[in-house]
Amino acid sequence: MKSKSFDTKKFLSQNGIWGVLIVMVILLTIVRPVFISRMNLQTLLESESIKGILAFGIMWAILSKGIDLGPGSVVALVSAVVASLVQQTGVTGRLLGENGLHLSAPLAMLVGLLIGAVVGLITGVIIAYTQIPPFIATLGTQLICRALAKMYTDRPVSNLEDSFRWIAKGKIGPVPMIVVVFIIMYILTAFLLTQTRFGKNVYAIGGNSQAARFAGINVEKNLVMVYIICSVCAALGGILLAARTGSADPSSNGLMYETDAIAAATVGGTSHSGGICRVSGVLCGILILGVINNGLVLLGVDDNMTNVVRGAIIVGAVILDMRKNVKKA
Amino acid sequence: MSQEFILEMKDIVKEFPGVKALKGVELKVRPGTVHTLMGENGAGKSTLMKCLIGIYKQTSGQIVFDGKEVNFQSTLQAMNAGISMIHQELSPVPERSVCENVWMGREPRKGICVDHKKMRTECFKLFEKLGLDLDPDEKMGNLTVAKMQMVEIAKAVSYDSKIVIMDEPTSALTEGEVEHLFRIIEELKSRDVAIIYISHKMAEIFQISDDITVYRDGEYITTKPAEELTTDEVVSLMVGREVTEMFPKVECEIGETILKVENLSSGTAFQNVSFELHRGEILGFSGLVGAGRTEIVETIFGVRRKTGGTIYKDGKELNIKSAEDAISNGIALLTEDRRENGIVGLLSIKENVGLANLKRYGFPLNHKKMNQDGNKYKEMLSIKAPSLETPVMNLSGGNQQKVLVGRWLLTNPDILIVDEPTRGIDVGAKAEIHSIITKLAGEGKAIIMISSEMPEVMGMSDRVLIMHEGRQTGILNRDEATSELIMQYATMEPQDQNDK
Repeated sequence: MKSKSFDTKKFLSQNGIWGVLIVMVILLTIVRPVFISRMNLQTLLESESIKGILAFGIMWAILSKGIDLGPGSVVALVSAVVASLVQQTGVTGRLLGENGLHLSAPLAMLVGLLIGAVVGLITGVIIAYTQIPPFIATLGTQLICRALAKMYTDRPVSNLEDSFRWIAKGKIGPVPMIVVVFIIMYILTAFLLTQTRFGKNVYAIGGNSQAARFAGINVEKNLVMVYIICSVCAALGGILLAARTGSADPSSNGLMYETDAIAAATVGGTSHSGGICRVSGVLCGILILGVINNGLVLLGVDDNMTNVVRGAIIVGAVILDMRKNVKKA
Repeated sequence: MSQEFILEMKDIVKEFPGVKALKGVELKVRPGTVHTLMGENGAGKSTLMKCLIGIYKQTSGQIVFDGKEVNFQSTLQAMNAGISMIHQELSPVPERSVCENVWMGREPRKGICVDHKKMRTECFKLFEKLGLDLDPDEKMGNLTVAKMQMVEIAKAVSYDSKIVIMDEPTSALTEGEVEHLFRIIEELKSRDVAIIYISHKMAEIFQISDDITVYRDGEYITTKPAEELTTDEVVSLMVGREVTEMFPKVECEIGETILKVENLSSGTAFQNVSFELHRGEILGFSGLVGAGRTEIVETIFGVRRKTGGTIYKDGKELNIKSAEDAISNGIALLTEDRRENGIVGLLSIKENVGLANLKRYGFPLNHKKMNQDGNKYKEMLSIKAPSLETPVMNLSGGNQQKVLVGRWLLTNPDILIVDEPTRGIDVGAKAEIHSIITKLAGEGKAIIMISSEMPEVMGMSDRVLIMHEGRQTGILNRDEATSELIMQYATMEPQDQNDK
């Protein structure tokens, strides 16, 4: 009997956030019935999928008691490079020359993911082996990747092959591909986190890195892996963004995306003190931010006000998180 | 003389949850004297001092300082009243100047601005008064430990302290620096300042002390003038208890050598440690805090850099560079500081037990097997918790320790190293941990046990290796190890050793 009531409490504290989401959805539906229309919900999911995938990556960094500020810029770099590789040939103004280098869609995506992996590898090695704060190391990544993207092309890259755009625009049944990819990433993240040694290692490192080291866990290697995953997620986001919009603008693509991703992971209960996170929570965080963005647009609230609300929500979520964990300790 | 004692602490009791650290102790200090506190680790000296300067609040008891009853709420209050403590680990701000460190938190002001000129001149005056050769503008971090200590003493004097507490002040000083410190102490005495001195070094205690008070297990034993005591008498007063606790020591077959350590060194932490460990043997490591015992086992376990010497297991030289290597070579280390490098508090019992052995669960992780392992050790070690999913931070110290014991047993080690395995856990759990260790030895595992508790070391060990300040001073067999002898080895200065 006693243990059952304990479980209810735990269930509520872990899943209460879904209640918040449901209440928001109900309220919005009452005020703006169009919210619940299939059209609107599809737009909402499509527009949140990319930031959502970034959030799944950033979640790892936060879980390990770090942070990654680079993903937004990685999105810009990867989207520009990949887009340039799958531009239709024969059109004028092609970045790599009218009949220059052209790759098949899968190969171009692979190049994009590889760029993400290399960025993550470098960032991860710097963080793990020099022990400089992740905030600083990834601030560097952020600036450098954005600059590289702009150096690569000073104008938007457009006219992309339809075969490439399929990854975002295509549909499996009624579901847009971009949402399918998002769901696959969710499953993959959940699997890594709960079903593999790597997942357990990162939980332990975030919870108590010294204890993890004494338990024979290679802390450095695992940290490098964390930042590789985070960057690869961002690279995937970049590919999807280029495919979805059909062009890649190095100066605006992915701008501030990391902020939204950090917000989603945080609202979803990933603790910035390390060692606590649930993928389902992060999913809920992504949806909550999506509903807020979408809802404020439906309500006709202006853009700046939207950002004020988002800022307040991030800070509020962290305050709640701190209080929850203080009570436990 | 207005009063006989500058400080009287009477019937001080301090209880921590589950532990009575001080059981009604007293301390009476005469002005202008050096009063030394003696006792083993855990005897209550530091706790008593912390009650005095307001870090802890005593559960009951009276403190009379300079004729008035006091109860300081903070060290700042104590310092303003005239009691300063120079801590074992100094805490200066290394990036600021000597002068700024002395005046930190109470900088003299002119209007709203800090009066830098006054700070410097006052600092000069202060150093001159004490005969210190220090540059007020030097960066604190550039000073040697000895000089930092001088700055701390100067700071204490600048507060017009009537009592200066020194906790192991000479532990990091060279001989010449110790002489200098003693001259300063004499200078302080001549100003009628009382010094409360905590140290384990017999020779210097008898050189400097006027009075000696001995504590044991949180109890007051006696106070006597130093000239009425000898080293032997002090040692027997310190350890004088009967070994009453029961230890389930079972004589078991000592097998062949499994671990051989030759001239092992790690930087300045310890040098030239050599010993052999046999199957079925419990080798105790004794010595005072800071003697280098933990550092030795960390080096064997691969988490501290080895700077010299060799380690052999089963006759083969080992090259261990990380905990991972050590574990795969059948070595396990139950660390001293559970919270710092043992448990991951947020994770469950099950996950903490499996942490050093995740390879075992394959890919994807076999959660069923993890549950089985968790249950096995939860039952075997009688870990008291609502479920396997309970976060370890919600458990008591003893149960946390058992979770960690389970973690290491799961790796099935040949050599189990335990560092202060029963520190801070209650009596019941303590006995259980002792019997587990003995049982493991009976199964042919080799055990190294570091312990600062004399009865534990003597009750459990087949042999005892004793360290003093990074040097191995002896290995005693079970039948020749008396607490007096161990204490003597643990406090001996290197020159004493040469005399023998």
